[in-house]
Amino acid sequence: MSKIQILTRGIIKDNPIFVLLLGICPMLGTTSSAMNGLGMGIATMSVLLLSNIMISLFKNLIPNKVRIPAYIVIITTLVTALQLLMNAYTPALYNTLGVFIPLIATNCLIFARVEAFASKNNVVNSAIDGLGTGFGFLGALVLLGTIREILGTGTFFGHKFIEGDGVLIFVLAPGAFIALGFLIAIFRKVTAKIS
Amino acid sequence: MEYLIIIISAIFVNNIILAQFLGICPFLGVSSRVTTSVGMGAAVTFVITIAALLVYLLQYYILVPLGIEYMQTIAFILTIAVMVQMVEIILKKVSPSLYRALGVFLPLMTTNCAILGVAIILVQKEYNMFESVVFASSTGVGFTVAMVIFAGIRERLDLEDLPAGMKGAPIALVTAGILAMAFMGFSGVV
Repeated sequence: MSKIQILTRGIIKDNPIFVLLLGICPMLGTTSSAMNGLGMGIATMSVLLLSNIMISLFKNLIPNKVRIPAYIVIITTLVTALQLLMNAYTPALYNTLGVFIPLIATNCLIFARVEAFASKNNVVNSAIDGLGTGFGFLGALVLLGTIREILGTGTFFGHKFIEGDGVLIFVLAPGAFIALGFLIAIFRKVTAKIS
Repeated sequence: MEYLIIIISAIFVNNIILAQFLGICPFLGVSSRVTTSVGMGAAVTFVITIAALLVYLLQYYILVPLGIEYMQTIAFILTIAVMVQMVEIILKKVSPSLYRALGVFLPLMTTNCAILGVAIILVQKEYNMFESVVFASSTGVGFTVAMVIFAGIRERLDLEDLPAGMKGAPIALVTAGILAMAFMGFSGVV
């Protein structure tokens, strides 16, 4: 596989949210606005990128039998570092995302990429894979956040451009499920048309 | 009274799946049959309750006295992973019938964000030991209730004629959305 293919694979063909349905919990829980989606997307992407790099560096040192606990420790260490950084530099975002920041450690998406790709490939390719899959996840989060924010409050990244109150249900829990359901259906239809 | 509020709130008002978005992977993955959802719900309730007790002891007798609360995430994850393994081994010896019933679902628990989520929430809310256990077990019951209702709906959905793009996950998510809307009716209760 060429480097371009590795990069685009995670964005369209194997999009973590729309195709593989991995990491749905943070996807629904943090996308009440486009800004929150962007913050969560960047946080998850940096953990994914760094854990892919770290694990592909250490892959020959980790015995096969204890690889899962070792991966858990590496991923969670990165998440803890991120948690402390966000608490220090972006306290408002840290408070809004709340429990979902430490829960990046149990995001099945990160585990899936580490186990399926980084543990078998070299550092450069693993970094590209982390970046591509991370972008796929980030894109999905920002898209869902934007749709929910526009429908729910009539704003885009906080700027009001539709008069009136909006359909509040889209900012609340039920709207998250419904909007994501329709987004996945549309994504399938569009990708089926293209290919 | 205090405990009653915790129980009602955890099962209906702040339902772990439909209001807090935790544990959605097993919710979408395992909930196609009512019987398997009951098994998964029982396994989650069981593990989450023991995890709450362990996490409470870990937080207030090890992490806080040593002043290393920032190690919370890593300590909790490892404790939960070890605990799930231990529960599996003990159940196999002590109660083979329960092990057969829960067996397949147990290894999935380590990556179930509901377990770690509840552990973090109960520390955030500063519950005492008994409150933590009550909160965790009612959250497990709430998980089971949502799973079983949802599985019942999905068994019927299989028979419906849907547009190709909506089959599987999309219709499941829309259904979950409507179910979440129904659960919002409880929000005035507590």
